[in-house]
Order: sequence, then structure tokens, then C-alpha cells
Amino acid sequence: MLFRKEINEKWVNAMQHRKIATLLSIIPGLGQFYNKQFIKGMIYFVLTLSFFVAFSDLLDIGLWGLFTLGTEVPRDNSIFLLAEGIIAVIVTFFGLAIYYMNFRDAYKNGKLRDENKPLSSLKEQYHNLISQGYPYLISGPSLFILIFAVIFPILFSFALAFTNYDLYHSPPAKLVDWVGFDTFKNIFTVDIWRSTFFDVLGWTVVWTLIASTLQVSIGIFLAVLVNQKDLRFKKLIRTVLILPWAVPGFVTILIFAGLFNDTFGAINNEILAMFGISPIPWMTDATWSRVALLLIQGWLGFPYIFIVTTGVLQSIPSDLYEAAIIDGASAFKKFRHITLPLILVAMAPIIITQYTFNFNNFNIIYLFNDGGPAVPGTTAGGTDILVSWIYKLTMQSSQYSLAAALTILLSIFVISIALWQFRRTNSFKEE
Amino acid sequence: MHLGTKARKNVSLAATYIILAAVMVIIIYPLLWTIGASFNPGNSLISTSIIPSNPTLDHYKELFAGKESLQYGQWYLNSLKISVFTMIGSVISVSFTAYAFSRFKFRGRKNGLTLFLLLQMIPQFSALVALFVLAQMLGLMNNHWLLILLYIGGQIPMNTYLMKGYMDSIPMDLDESAKIDGASNTRIFWQIIMPLSRPMLAVVAMNGFTGPLGDFVLSSTILRTPESYTLPIGLYNLVNDVMGASYTTFAAGAILISIPIGVTFLMLQKQFVNGLTAGGTKG
Repeated sequence: MLFRKEINEKWVNAMQHRKIATLLSIIPGLGQFYNKQFIKGMIYFVLTLSFFVAFSDLLDIGLWGLFTLGTEVPRDNSIFLLAEGIIAVIVTFFGLAIYYMNFRDAYKNGKLRDENKPLSSLKEQYHNLISQGYPYLISGPSLFILIFAVIFPILFSFALAFTNYDLYHSPPAKLVDWVGFDTFKNIFTVDIWRSTFFDVLGWTVVWTLIASTLQVSIGIFLAVLVNQKDLRFKKLIRTVLILPWAVPGFVTILIFAGLFNDTFGAINNEILAMFGISPIPWMTDATWSRVALLLIQGWLGFPYIFIVTTGVLQSIPSDLYEAAIIDGASAFKKFRHITLPLILVAMAPIIITQYTFNFNNFNIIYLFNDGGPAVPGTTAGGTDILVSWIYKLTMQSSQYSLAAALTILLSIFVISIALWQFRRTNSFKEE
Repeated sequence: MHLGTKARKNVSLAATYIILAAVMVIIIYPLLWTIGASFNPGNSLISTSIIPSNPTLDHYKELFAGKESLQYGQWYLNSLKISVFTMIGSVISVSFTAYAFSRFKFRGRKNGLTLFLLLQMIPQFSALVALFVLAQMLGLMNNHWLLILLYIGGQIPMNTYLMKGYMDSIPMDLDESAKIDGASNTRIFWQIIMPLSRPMLAVVAMNGFTGPLGDFVLSSTILRTPESYTLPIGLYNLVNDVMGASYTTFAAGAILISIPIGVTFLMLQKQFVNGLTAGGTKG
């Protein structure tokens, strides 16, 4: 008896429990069986089995479809195959995560045995599962919705960028093929694409900078103005000033589209006429369209900043100003050296979101005059920003892969700027 | 000297009133103009004036006349339904997720937060083709529930971030003492965290409600029949209809949607401001 134990220990030294358990876990559950945790082992085993039973068809067709995008018309619809393929990849990802957990669990418990520590009992395991699983349990449904509604679509459209999916390669009549980086190469080498891309990108950046800065400045300026101590009717003024925020945006943009209309709009016919200015081609001249859009966005966007600034202003302690008054500082100096820095620090994250919002501000561009006026020879209109151009490429000229490639470029652009900003303002800090 | 300061103060105050009056006119003019247009006879805006000489209720009646291409009542109900359920869904999913991220240490937490940060920057509708294909594969074209699910998904990343930031500012001591008293995680969530997060809940609810009302792209991709339209698509089509664009009818429809929303906003603004400034200052 003693002899057997000795051998056993020697053998264990050569080939520790953790290694054996991990190795056996190649078949999920076996490692847990080896660690004598039978119920856990059963769970892993059954989980794996049901995973394959449930998903084997999907994985089979999905992965095949993902690689080939179909081989035969009309049997195979490349786009549906691509979608199934991406779902298969997501499912595989979760399968691998479970598989990895299985390895880790076997290794951890094997290690405990190597160190002659007791393994947790069934009851303890149950409690661990409950307490460690709690955050997963409550965020699980959100994660599922997120995968379904956001992550899958984004992966799908990223994948499209590497295919030749367009009007001429479009199921069910034709198959779609992988073309690698061709679309990206074309964006930068085909003259008309390159010039359109840089025109649109340029205007997108200009639009983002001017529109956001304009709305932020108007908002802060008016908030400071209304916050003056001696001003009366504050409540009424504030209520009127936030009206543009209270009315749904799509409604106001469409209203402005009517007001700015070249032929029957009130701005040309009444306001400008009142001052004796001849009508301005708001809708048909790109430059004037841009001016109109900036003005409208200023109108739409300032109340939000106004409201938040007002909140910040009311929280600034008044003794800061008293000291400044004793020093004889002028109103402007007080604003420049006390109010403004405090506002900017407090509102940095909100101000940054104004910029990312306008970068992707599709509604105003599209609803005002459809990104127009049209520019001959290109698919983008005179006021199109990247997102509205992408929308047009998708919905109007069916250049899906080009649209997808642009989406990737846009995402990289936004994400790198935003990450850089967040790092700088330190609001990305954890805890 | 004393008089001088006072005089200067009066001048600057007068200037303030003038500027504010001008701004208020600029704000109110388009809104009044829309109200005026909705009472003007005829379809075009050429003869429109803010105070119509012979006002008519025709456009309001037309909205509910039950025309095939103008089912205003139906659109209104659709929009209301989609907004309300998106709001409920996002409030629930966002608060649970934010609670998990704010109060628990778990594997994947940091990666999850980074993922949320990245996802909120990629506009969801740049994945239009995917959503269109998804709707077709599932046989859910024109389905409002699919749209609601997509909206909720779009609301999760940014709002979870806001909510987590707000929950982080609630002292941990509160949870810990409750835990000593034997309260479960779920009970702490409902009885301590949720009530204290009320200002941010108002913000999330507002985002959930107004999100669908501001969306034109996702809804027009998935909803293709007039009876399934939401207000944004319906009203946009009304203005851009080649056959019979009608700004005046649009104006009437715009007013009926703007007034209830505007009034709710103005009533609840205090709640939003509290949440927004707290979220803003704490980042």
C-alpha cells in the first residue's frame, strides 16, 4: 500500500496533475473527471456535445460559404452565405471561449492538487458560479442584443469591403467574390474616386470643425449672457432658448429646408427681400448650401450646450468672482480667466461628443437638400459628408463594397482621433 | 466713478437685452412660420404668411382623412410604440449592464468597456446593407420589433458609458453596508443604485425615446410599406413627394408631433440637466 503511494507520487512528479488534467481536457470534461469533479465534467461534456449538435450545420455551411461565397448560381446566394459565415464565426468564437475556460479550469484544479490544496466542494463551486457569474448574467442580454444589432452588422459590412459586391455582382443572378484590398486600392488610385473621396473628406472635416465650434460658442456665449445677475425674465428667456432642443430635429430640418427654398422659401422672399437683397441660391449653389447648413446646425445645436453650461455656471462659487472684482478685473477678464477655463474643463467630454456627433451628422445633410447640389461626374453631392455619401452609394448606386470600404476608413479616422482625444483629456482613465 | 460704473452696467445690460431679443426672434420665427403655414390654404408655400388671411383647418383634416399614402394617425402610433419600447428596453439593459461594469470585477470587464467606447463611434447605419440582409433572412421586413431591437442595440454602448460614469460616483460604502445587512446584489441594485441614479436614468430614457424619432436611415431601410412608416419617413416623403409635395400638410403634421414632445421636454428639462451636468463634469 505504502509502496503504491510512493510510485504514484513519483509518477505525479514526472507528470503533474495540472499537465494531465489540461491535456485530457482536449476532450472537454475529461480533465474535470480526472480531477474528480464529475458534475462539472458532465456539464462541460454535455455543453460541448450540444454545441456541435446545435451548430454543426451552421458551422459547416457558414464556414464553407465564408471561404467560397458560393460556387453555383442560382443555388448559392453569396450575400446570405456571407451573413451565415459571419454568424458562424461569432458562434465559433463563443465555442472557443468555452473550450478555453474548460482548459483553464482543468489546469487550475490540477494545480491545486499538485500543491495538495483541497478542491472546492460542489456547494462552493455553486456559490462561486453564482457570485462570479452575476455580472455576466445581468449584462448577458445586453451583450446578445449588441452582437445581434451592432457587432454582426459591423462585421458584415467590414467583410463586404473585401468583396466585389455591387450592381453588377449581385445575387441572386451573380456570385460575389473576395477581391482582397482592391476596393481600397481603387479609392486611392482611380482618379474620380480619389478626388471625390478627398473632396468629401475635406468638407466633412471642415463641417465638423466649424459646425461644432459654432454651436459650442453660441451656447456658452448665451449661457454666460443669460446668467448675469441683473438680468430679468431669466426663466422665460431660458425656456425660449431651449426650444430648438425640444422640437424633434427631423422636423426642424425639414422646416428649414422649406424656409431656405430658392424659389418659394421665406428667407429669400421675405427676409432678404425686406432688406432689399436679391435671392440667394441656397439649394443649388454648393457654397451657399454649406453656409445654410452651418447656420441651421448652429440653431439646432446650441441649446444643449447652453443648458449644460448654465448648469456648470450655477455651480461656480461666487467668491472666485469677488476676489477678481477686488482686483478690479473687467467683465471680459473675469470671463476669460475664471469662467471659460472652468466651463471648458467641466464640459470637455460633452464638447468632444459634439464633434463626433457632427462628423456623423447624417440627418441634417440628407434632409436639407439630399447632400446636394449634385456635382456632375461624381456620386457625391456638393454638401455630402462621408456618412451621407456612404448612404447614397449604398441606397442609390448600389456600390456596396465601395461604401463598405469607406465605412472602414471612416471608422479608423474617427476612432483614432477620439482615442487620442480621450487619452488627452484623461477621461478614459479607469477608476 | 460710481455713476460711471452704473451707467456702463446699464449700457451692457441693454446690449444684452437687444442680443437676446434678436436671438429669440431667430428661434421663434421658423416655429411661428410653421404654425402659420399649417393654417394656410393650398399646398405650396409661395403665398404663405405667418398670419394667414383666410386660415383653414384643411391640412389637419387631411392628415386624418385616411388616404393610402398619408396615414398620419398610424405613423403617429407606430412612432410612439417604437419610441416607448426602445426607451423601456434601453433603460433596462443599460442600467443592468452599467451596474455590472460599475460594481463588479470580472474577466473581460476592461475589454468590454473599450469595445463599448469603440462601438459608439462607428455609426450603426454604416452597416445598412447588413441590417437589410438580416431583415430579409429573418423574414422581418416591415417589422417594428426588429427595428426596436436594433435601436436598443444602438443605444447600449454610449448610454452604458454615461450610466457607468454616474454609478461610479455613488459611494461604494452604501453597497457594502447593505451587503453586511445581508442584501443581495439584485436588491442593492433596485433599492440603492437605481433610485440614486435617477437623473442619469432620465437622460438614458430621453435618449431612448428621441433616438428613434431622430432616425431616418434604419427605419427607411426596414420599413417599406406606408402603414408601417414612422413619422420621420412619412413626413419626409410628404415633403419630397414628386407628385404632390405638400409643405402645408407637412407643417400641420409637424406641429402635432412637436407640441407634445416639446412640452414634455420643457417640463422634464430640470431632470435632464442634472444628469447631463453630473455626467459631464464627472466624465
